[in-house]
Amino acid sequence: MNSRSSSSSSSVRDQLRALGQDCVHYPGLYLSLLRNSLTRELGFKANFLLWLVVEFFWFALQLAFISVIYLHTENIGDWTKWQVVMLVGASHFIQQLFQAFLLVNCGQLAELVHSGKMDFYLLFPTNTRFMVSARHIDLGGFVSAASGLAVMIYANCQLHATPSFLRILTFGALCVAAVIIHYSVMFLMATCCFWTVRAQGLIMAYYNLFSLTRVPDAAFSGAARAIFTLFIPVLLVANVPVKALLGKMDSFVEVGLLIVMSLVCFFVSSRVWRAAIRRYSSASS
Amino acid sequence: MSTHWYIFKLGLQNTAAYRTNFFFGALFNLVPLVAAIAMWRAIFAGGKEVIAGYTLAEMLSYYLIATLVGMTTAVTEDEWQIATDIKDGGISQSLVRPIRYFGYRLCLFSANRLIYTAVALLPMAAIVAWNFRYILPPANLLSLVGFVCSLALSALLQFLLAYLTALLAFWVLEISTFSFMLLATQRLASGEMFPLDLLPSWLNHLLLLTPFPYCMFFPVSVYMGRVNAASLVQGLAMQGIWIVMLFGLARVIWHRGLRTYTAVGG
Repeated sequence: MNSRSSSSSSSVRDQLRALGQDCVHYPGLYLSLLRNSLTRELGFKANFLLWLVVEFFWFALQLAFISVIYLHTENIGDWTKWQVVMLVGASHFIQQLFQAFLLVNCGQLAELVHSGKMDFYLLFPTNTRFMVSARHIDLGGFVSAASGLAVMIYANCQLHATPSFLRILTFGALCVAAVIIHYSVMFLMATCCFWTVRAQGLIMAYYNLFSLTRVPDAAFSGAARAIFTLFIPVLLVANVPVKALLGKMDSFVEVGLLIVMSLVCFFVSSRVWRAAIRRYSSASS
Repeated sequence: MSTHWYIFKLGLQNTAAYRTNFFFGALFNLVPLVAAIAMWRAIFAGGKEVIAGYTLAEMLSYYLIATLVGMTTAVTEDEWQIATDIKDGGISQSLVRPIRYFGYRLCLFSANRLIYTAVALLPMAAIVAWNFRYILPPANLLSLVGFVCSLALSALLQFLLAYLTALLAFWVLEISTFSFMLLATQRLASGEMFPLDLLPSWLNHLLLLTPFPYCMFFPVSVYMGRVNAASLVQGLAMQGIWIVMLFGLARVIWHRGLRTYTAVGG
């Protein structure tokens, strides 16, 4: 009994020590990856600038769409024009944050599996999912995210709203949960390449699916709303943070739902990832 | 002809091998349609009967027919494959084949669209069933015939636009940025995001001078009977003129590109 309790306390101590080492190790590792990404971007300056132009172009397209719609109506459900502009801005902000930190890596997962390069990542003395998800950081995403934020601030001025510090803080926290949903769903879709091998059109599928985040939730009802809230929670991603910021929320159930759904999505993607890794057989040898 | 037919059949076999990928791609492609339908239903629920000359049924029919046009005519992967062929030296083989590269790619594109449409019809049918009471049949027989003609020309026009973008690979390392810009322009200016009648009329008229509205807005308008006989002929002629012009441009660029082309590893 005594030996068992002493061995369990030493194993807890080992785990705590490992956790402490991870806390030091991973930020350092991430900093190296960031430095590496910066060097890569500087090597292709024209490409970097062109991608920024593309992102601005697509964002302007979304704003143009809303402007044209509101030439012919005053409201979509209970959403006014500037509220929807804020929604589009927030949706862009969240998506670009995800793009900056994680998207490009998810898109390249299929290539790693297809070419057998996944072997190297499995051999690294780090968490494989971390390395696969975080190896490249898209710095242009931060610039695009700033453009989303600028549009939100402009829309806020048009609404003559002065959100309190608490609301801004809530918005920030909910954006983190929203990025987790983006990541988990995209990672889950990318993980399917372990079974299908080819993942062409994956990025377009992701963009198509998450185009729903720009739509006011009031436009949906019945089964469609339930599916895109509880099954694939894209309607929560930008709607809930914006409603929290604007004080447009009837109850805090939606806030809880966004947080719970982000955890559920992360959990499901982890389970599928583990099953996928078990299935992996190298392609090169 | 038999060579083209053989390439087409090869394309069918190649594409059919990835039908699961196609099915999921098609499924996600329909998500923006679901969003548009939900949004317009909510807007019309606000009390308006007609918006920019469209009733709710006409608006929803517009989006459904536009999706059908997109399914049958949009270029999805071809420009990436062409650019890869140019960058990796893949076109070297086709230079010695008894078929022009353009014809070869067009056959593969046609096969790709046929399989895609066949696979995408299933999820599309579900959306049609969901909105069945709103869907309008073709306005008349002339509309139907005109629609089919304009659909074929639209496919050729879109293929040429993508082909031209892909030919940039002779000079630039990465065509993705150009391709995404073309896609964005097409989404707005072709009438994929909304009927172009919703735009201020000066802007609408300006866009009609570009090839984009003839990729989608024109075929859909023909189907819905919003185009009279004279405008139908004029529109088909515009499609033809753009195709001839872009084809000529593609030939010039192809020959110029070949002068700079070096077959890496070929």
